[in-house]
Amino acid sequence: MKLTALKIGSSGIIKDFTDLNLSVKLMEMGCLPGERITFERIAPLGDPIAVSVAGYQLSLRKEEAATIIVEGL
Amino acid sequence: MRVALVGNPNTGKSTLFNSLTGLNQKIGNFPGITVDKKTGASKLPDGKQIEVIDLPGCYSLYPKSKDEAIVLEVLTNPKNPSHPDLIVVVVDATNLKRNLLLFTQVADLKIPVILALNMIDAARKEKILIDVDKMSQRLGVQVVPISARKNENIVLLKQAIADAPAIALQTESFEVSTIAPALISQIKHDVRIKQDYVALLLAHQHEILDYLTADESNHIESLEAANAFQPQHAQTRETIARYDFISTVLQESVKQPPKDVSQTPTGKIDRILTHRVWGFVSFFAILLLIFQAIFAWAEYPMGLIENFFAWLDSIGRQYIPEGVLADLLLDGILAGLGGVLVFIPQIAILFGFIAILEDTGYMARITFLMDKIMRKVGLNGKSVVPMIGGLACAVPSIMAARNIESWKDRMITIMVTPLISCAARLPVYTLLISLVVPNEKIWGFFNLQGLALMGMYLIGTVGAIAVAWAMKKIIKAREKSYFILELPVYRTPRWKNVFLTMYEKVKTFVLQVGKVIIAMSIVLWVLATYGPPGRMDAVEQKYQTADYVDNYSEEELTFMESAEKLENSYVGILGKAIEPAIRPLGFDWKIGIALITSFAAREVFVGTMATIYSVEEPEDDTSTIREKMLNAKDSITGQPVYTVASAFSLMIFYAFAMQCISTIAVVYRETKSWKWPVIQLTYMTALAYFSSLLVFQLFK
Repeated sequence: MKLTALKIGSSGIIKDFTDLNLSVKLMEMGCLPGERITFERIAPLGDPIAVSVAGYQLSLRKEEAATIIVEGL
Repeated sequence: MRVALVGNPNTGKSTLFNSLTGLNQKIGNFPGITVDKKTGASKLPDGKQIEVIDLPGCYSLYPKSKDEAIVLEVLTNPKNPSHPDLIVVVVDATNLKRNLLLFTQVADLKIPVILALNMIDAARKEKILIDVDKMSQRLGVQVVPISARKNENIVLLKQAIADAPAIALQTESFEVSTIAPALISQIKHDVRIKQDYVALLLAHQHEILDYLTADESNHIESLEAANAFQPQHAQTRETIARYDFISTVLQESVKQPPKDVSQTPTGKIDRILTHRVWGFVSFFAILLLIFQAIFAWAEYPMGLIENFFAWLDSIGRQYIPEGVLADLLLDGILAGLGGVLVFIPQIAILFGFIAILEDTGYMARITFLMDKIMRKVGLNGKSVVPMIGGLACAVPSIMAARNIESWKDRMITIMVTPLISCAARLPVYTLLISLVVPNEKIWGFFNLQGLALMGMYLIGTVGAIAVAWAMKKIIKAREKSYFILELPVYRTPRWKNVFLTMYEKVKTFVLQVGKVIIAMSIVLWVLATYGPPGRMDAVEQKYQTADYVDNYSEEELTFMESAEKLENSYVGILGKAIEPAIRPLGFDWKIGIALITSFAAREVFVGTMATIYSVEEPEDDTSTIREKMLNAKDSITGQPVYTVASAFSLMIFYAFAMQCISTIAVVYRETKSWKWPVIQLTYMTALAYFSSLLVFQLFK
């Protein structure tokens, strides 16, 4: 499922990306296939979102987060 | 020996730079571009002096902004004057995995390298155990655990720099040539490069690397096509291979307990500062504090600077014999200099706050809170800071737009920031409001004049947003805007960093912008002092006739004479020449003169008005000039010049017009072309003219 389908506070394992361009940038930032990713919070206005991955917090827009395919835990 | 510091943003790289070099640092420019080049000198334990360069923070050697591109340029081009003999890669010891990606890339450039594990104190607190020797052995480089903030092991790092081998000994993290064997060997051969990884990077980045000739770049392009090179696939394979290597190294050398980010202090603070309600409450409270500080705290030092220049002026008048030289030195250069330097406190305070916001990690949260709104109008969460800074001065704020990665977002931010009402407009607003808005309270609470002033600030902001929205539709993006941003751990600000930033920014402002302003002040002074031959002499002779000398005091004579001289000077003639164009806005030729003299800097308005209406230049008290302006009658219609309609029309003009040479200069410097400042000047003048026209015609 898409990362954005996770509930706030829950985690998943990154499986795949649907946007080649973005995937390269996301991988640089530590979002690798097999890595655990946690949906931390949504910005007050509903976008962007914050996740934690590889031991730190990363914020990204919903449309970008939706290109990350995860397996829920 | 030249040593470059390389690392991710938020790793404490600048703190390390400061503790290595102290005040021995210099901010210059990389040739041809606007990225700051920070260099400094440091002494090694053996007494040898080294040159340290602080390169901009980046996450990888695949740059996403201009600042990041310079890292690639400097490190891959041995002919670059900043090319280092040794690289110190600074990593955050609490976030090794992601940080080491850049390290493995840099290591493959085959320049000698040292790994500095910064924030080792924070890592200890998180119970992260690092086997430094094991890591050093696996990576083939010296590894030094340090804490730049606590000055821990800096001597050890210096010793490591002294001991560093002259040739690169680092282990290869993976076989780079397997990514694109044929292409890499052809580029190595044809462009005469030794390292596989540099060749691969050229394949990816040749378009943005200025040191390649057009022929070389085209040749690489054709080699790529011949080998069916797929950059994204190649980068993906490279990144995964590097992380595989990093994972093995970390497994062997680091033990760390699992980390739940939401339970860390940062996670807890974020629950408040990015909260649906409290998030915005605290954001606006911080904004209010900055706004307040820029105006209130700066007032006292600004007064001191003004007094200092007044004192210099009086000394000058005492010792320099009266004449053209004294006029040029005092009215031209000294007045121009004073006009610039008076903004130092506001610039220092604004950049002090920006440094604190960056240093604590709150800046990233502002971006997080505001991105959605800003995106709607074509801006970016990161545009918020330049726009807030625009309340003080557009010049440093346009410089602050550099950290916006998206080219289009950055351009729009630069284009609209001068519409935000800056501090220089404040004296214009207050003078005109005091003329036409009664000093009364409505509903027993709101002061009408205060409301009018707030209205002017609001109009400026709305104007900026509207223009941003329009530009979003017009400007074609070179790339899709995206927003992938680290939310760094909250830390207390490092005051030394804050003060150094304030000092640096003020220095840049004075040196770079001051020159232009002084030059313009001299030109304007000449135009306002001299007129066509004959006319000025006629004025002088007129005031020496008995008619005047007998009927007026000496003081009155000087004022009347200087007013009439201004009228007959080149500026005065220009003012009269543009009168037909500005009459529909409700302005006469006297205001025309003020508009022309304000072209260099808006705050000149009050001074010009004082001269035109032949009153002594007011220090704090504007009551005399107010009276004169209130009584001013139009020379043609005989009606008062300053009515509600014309005063508001004039304020709207000042709100939207680009009357600031320094801003034009800084936009040119930041965009590297005259295209953008010309577009900006044109659209702002048109906007100012037609808005004023509308206001005057509606309310007259």
